Amino acid sequence: MGNTITEKILMAHTGLKKISAGQLINARVDIALGNDVTAPIAINEFQKAGGKKVFDKNKIALVLDHFTPNKDINSAQQCKAVREFALKQKVTHFYEGGQVGIEHALLPEQGIVLPGDLVIGADSHTCTYGALGAFATGVGSTDLAAVMLTGELWFKVPQSIKFVIYGKLQKWVSGKDLILHIIGRIGVDGALYKAMEFTGETIGKLPMADRLSMANMAIEAGAKNGIFAPDAITREYVKKRAKRDYKFYSSDADAVYSDIIEINAGGIEPQVAFPHLPSNVKPISKAGKVKIDQSLIGSCTNGRIEDLRIAAQILKKRKAASNVRLIVVPATPAIYKQALKEGLIEIFMNADAIISPPSCGACLGGHMGILAEGERAITTTNRNFVGRMGHPKSEVYLASPAVAAASAVLGRIASPAEL
Amino acid sequence: MIFKGRVWKFGDNVDTDAIIPARYLTTSDPRELAAHCMEDTDPNFVARVKTGDIILGGENFGCGSSREHAPIAIKAAGISCVVAKSFARIFYRNAFNMGLPIFESRELGDAIKEGEKITVDSAKGTITVTKENKSFTINPIPPFMEQLIADGGLMKHIAKK
Repeated sequence: MGNTITEKILMAHTGLKKISAGQLINARVDIALGNDVTAPIAINEFQKAGGKKVFDKNKIALVLDHFTPNKDINSAQQCKAVREFALKQKVTHFYEGGQVGIEHALLPEQGIVLPGDLVIGADSHTCTYGALGAFATGVGSTDLAAVMLTGELWFKVPQSIKFVIYGKLQKWVSGKDLILHIIGRIGVDGALYKAMEFTGETIGKLPMADRLSMANMAIEAGAKNGIFAPDAITREYVKKRAKRDYKFYSSDADAVYSDIIEINAGGIEPQVAFPHLPSNVKPISKAGKVKIDQSLIGSCTNGRIEDLRIAAQILKKRKAASNVRLIVVPATPAIYKQALKEGLIEIFMNADAIISPPSCGACLGGHMGILAEGERAITTTNRNFVGRMGHPKSEVYLASPAVAAASAVLGRIASPAEL
Repeated sequence: MIFKGRVWKFGDNVDTDAIIPARYLTTSDPRELAAHCMEDTDPNFVARVKTGDIILGGENFGCGSSREHAPIAIKAAGISCVVAKSFARIFYRNAFNMGLPIFESRELGDAIKEGEKITVDSAKGTITVTKENKSFTINPIPPFMEQLIADGGLMKHIAKK
């Protein structure tokens, strides 16, 4: 009986020769991540446990991206606590100020997370790195403290669901639409405790940016991780970024899955998740006339250069509707610079967009784009829970950069095909 | 462990933004977090909750973000334990790691009303509805999780090793 890619990566990080779903293991961690919201609790726990020195300063990433640029005195205090810890411990991958990017865009971009790695992060969207063929999962702050202290953590080996995706994607349909469609189909707990393994001819041709968007939202189906077997596209992405060795794993032909789900991607339209669950998905043709007050293009799901290029293609020589606040958030400084170089920022500004520095702020209702009572936003982010982006009586609709850009222009949820 | 308390009922998919909205995550002070626990779902929850009360959730309790602030807020609000049909996995980890007792029971939620008193007996694996003397089983806690609780959470468990 063979193993899945998820089982193989986990096993390679233990001393075990055999591993199976449901087993409780202790595994070595390659990279452990924390941010300005989750790291302060981890640092406190680390110190309370008598921790003096982190297990490996090269295997910890601390990224101050949530309430930054510092929103208020409290958030400044949290950043200060993390900064002091990072400097004292000489943490290699510490990012703040003008170097900071949204963590899940930044770590793959900088080659900090690589294929075959076991990555944990005190942030639920850590599952993003599964796009590279790594096992990556979100955990809590105490988990992060334990890893900073020992370099290891407990895991339950998950069962895997295999998604076999075939067919040619229609125009304006992206990885974001695929994952929204999948979550709509299986529900917000459809992959609870499980790995979502994405395979099939459509996936084989899918660019890395789209894979990152898909793996990012595995958690929205309750999954422990999302994962793609690395291939030529992966190699092309990592070879210019990696500063250490990495390994490609793939599932055995006789690996065991709890479920196999086939999806004809050719029949999928651009998707929109209506309030207040990421699974409340409709195809754009059934969205009806939904007026919007804000459109946000950015986040760890869709703030990459490829996303900005699609948005700019739609926004070129057009303007956001007068009643719509259009906010564009390049996810990292490198993406921001590239967007400047390609003239995308100018296109956005000519479309009356607000350009935000890289930050998670608006996505989680922290700052820099909060919604008032009764307001509606279309956004390329990953969650639309009650109050997610502001007032408990505001509404969040999730979609791709193409749909968010077209909606900004028309002032209502719209397909780019309508322009 | 035995927990006796009044039940606060919530539905399916209670997310961590509902438990503690992100706008309050600029602090990790348990008392400050507790002051806003469940605020967007039930603004009166914090004012009316009593020490020892029990939260009863539906499917996928604690879905969404990894914020440990969620179980911290619940515990600091005075809740003794959470019972749900199922838990989202990061919340499940966090609860055991930081010491908030949680139990899975599929039948209890549909059988009782908000405000009723129940007794959770983790050793016997039962939940009893005090008034009606009805009893329900809870899913057994895996031995490793039991060890985590007995040791007082993940960090103390590691220290012991």
